[in-house]
Amino acid sequence: MRELTKKGIFITLSILLSIGILTQSGCSGERKKKAVYVLVDISGTYSQQFEKVKGVVRYLLGSLLPGESLALARIDSGSFNEKDIVARMSFDLRPSIANSQKRAFLESVEKFGEDIKPSEYTDITGGILQAIEYLNETQANQRYILIFSDLKEEIKKGQIRDFPISFNGTNVVAINVTKLQSDNVDPREYYKRVEDWTKRVEEGGGTWKLVNDLNHLDSIIE
Amino acid sequence: MTSDFWVNLIEGQPELSLLIWVSVLVIVMYVARQPAHQMILSLARSLRNAMRLMARSVMFAEKQLKLRNREVLLSQGQQHAERFIEREFQRVEILVNRDLSGYPSLQRDLKEQITRIDEDYVHSSEVPPKPPEWLKAIEAVASIPDNGSPVVAKILNDIHSTLKKALDTDLQEYRQANRERHSLLKKMMPYWRSLTNSLNSVEIKITGLEQRSIIIDGQMQTYEDIRNQTDYAERMLSSSSMTQFFISGLALCLAIIGMYVNFQLVALPMEEMVGAGSYLGNSSIRASDVSALFIISIEVILGLFLMESVGVTQLFPIIHLLEDHKRKMIFYIMLSFLFVFAGIEASLAYMRDMLAADREALSQLLTGVEVAEPPLRWIPSLGQMIMGFILPFVLTFVAIPLESFIHSFRTVMGLVTVWLLHVLVVIIRFVGNVVFGAGKMLMNAYDLIIFIPLKIERTLGNKLVKKKEDTISGVLTHQFEVGEDK
Repeated sequence: MRELTKKGIFITLSILLSIGILTQSGCSGERKKKAVYVLVDISGTYSQQFEKVKGVVRYLLGSLLPGESLALARIDSGSFNEKDIVARMSFDLRPSIANSQKRAFLESVEKFGEDIKPSEYTDITGGILQAIEYLNETQANQRYILIFSDLKEEIKKGQIRDFPISFNGTNVVAINVTKLQSDNVDPREYYKRVEDWTKRVEEGGGTWKLVNDLNHLDSIIE
Repeated sequence: MTSDFWVNLIEGQPELSLLIWVSVLVIVMYVARQPAHQMILSLARSLRNAMRLMARSVMFAEKQLKLRNREVLLSQGQQHAERFIEREFQRVEILVNRDLSGYPSLQRDLKEQITRIDEDYVHSSEVPPKPPEWLKAIEAVASIPDNGSPVVAKILNDIHSTLKKALDTDLQEYRQANRERHSLLKKMMPYWRSLTNSLNSVEIKITGLEQRSIIIDGQMQTYEDIRNQTDYAERMLSSSSMTQFFISGLALCLAIIGMYVNFQLVALPMEEMVGAGSYLGNSSIRASDVSALFIISIEVILGLFLMESVGVTQLFPIIHLLEDHKRKMIFYIMLSFLFVFAGIEASLAYMRDMLAADREALSQLLTGVEVAEPPLRWIPSLGQMIMGFILPFVLTFVAIPLESFIHSFRTVMGLVTVWLLHVLVVIIRFVGNVVFGAGKMLMNAYDLIIFIPLKIERTLGNKLVKKKEDTISGVLTHQFEVGEDK
């Protein structure tokens, strides 16, 4: 009888504890850790779109959790460069510190937005390579590259960018891909640019998504 | 073997082929009718018998379980009744120690009061004044005739006045004595009142004891019923267990809600301590959630030990059997731990409020909306702190419904299992009968398939029987006629 009573107590407490844990945390599903790298085209044709970038960055700062990472870099003439990273932050596990880091990140982005100098060329591939490098370092299992660009790559003479890239499961999201004046003349150019990048990303083992409606920011990151 | 084989027995005549096969089947079935019937019948009987055997085993298990349930129930009831009676006797002991220990002094007081009253009463008794001894002499002198002598008249007048004076004095003394007696009687009144009060208090105490003794009598009757293992006692205990089960279950549900509220107060600030992104291994269980639940569980366990040390519950017999001073020590240790945890929870609740405010400020910054600070923001903060401090102590009382739940759970589960076994017996018997009925139905279906040869058999059989009967009757008629001729 005593043994039964003791067992009863511990079984009840274990059940209560387990129910609590399981109901609070969910009993299945892989743990998600996200890392997001935002690439911003600052070439002459695109530099006017920075307000939209800030909106997306604000959304990301609000949705990313402690322990996750966010970086913002510009696409200029030679983007495969650490100097092009405007701000990068792996948020602390403590929520209060993470909140302070988010404030500091936002401040850096706003400061950058105040003084954008349009670049002569647009090295998207270099930026993507830098992004993949950063994302791999974070060891996140959900990696995103958000590209704010018209997707028209213009590289300096001598730069080699025509080679396959290993995306290794990275999700590439092209946001607000603007149409150029030449696209209006021949829309096929726009579709070709998008198609080329889609093919390049998917062949490299990544996923590609195009989001032009910024009212649905929640569809950027799942 | 495809369907073509069956259909194309005669080339181009599938219907005829099928008919041939059916005919063959019917003939084979007709030939094998008796053994097939026997096989079906024996199979159905075997299955029914197996089912009956199974049902009997389950019934036996049900009976055993019922007996075991009864034993456990009566044992629990006996323990409970013993505890109750023990507690009642303790109360009686307290009553006797508290009230009747003063009985000798009360008796002394009563005696003193009675003595005083008695003395006063004696003092206050009316003593009639005795007539003076010289009254007869005076009477004799007064009866002497004066014979007109002025001397004698003077003497008599003097005697009269002296007598009158003496009588006045006596009357005054008598009045004085009466006054004193009345004052003594007046003094007796508080003693009487005191005596009445003392006797009233004795009556109240005796009534309290009498009521306790009635309760003990009732409980002793229950205890005797349990000891005698009567059906009434079993029914009573069973009903009591069911009630306890549902009430304690309800109380536990409410306690779980309380624990959930407590968890919400603690979980967010725990992220600051163990990190919001920390998980248990590779699972998706957050370390902060586990830590918060761990704190709450520790509080519940502390509450269990606290209640155990006070003697409210008896979940841990080891603690219950300890000496009083050791139990007291455990009580103080648990209470101090609870205070520490309550303090931690209060501070965590405050931290939660701060974190929520910080998060809110950040979201305002990110959305670009400036919202004014709400007035009296300190009220929810204070409320959370108070809740964080009080809830650990409230959770202490979980031990009481938990004990009732555990004790009644055994009985209720036993009853439910008995019921399930009973249902199982009914189902097994039903299935057995269905199987037997299905066997009979199969036999009838078998005969239905071969009804043509059966019909032929019956017709031929009837004719043969008729022919045999005709032959027998012809022979008999012939013998009868021969006999008559003779």
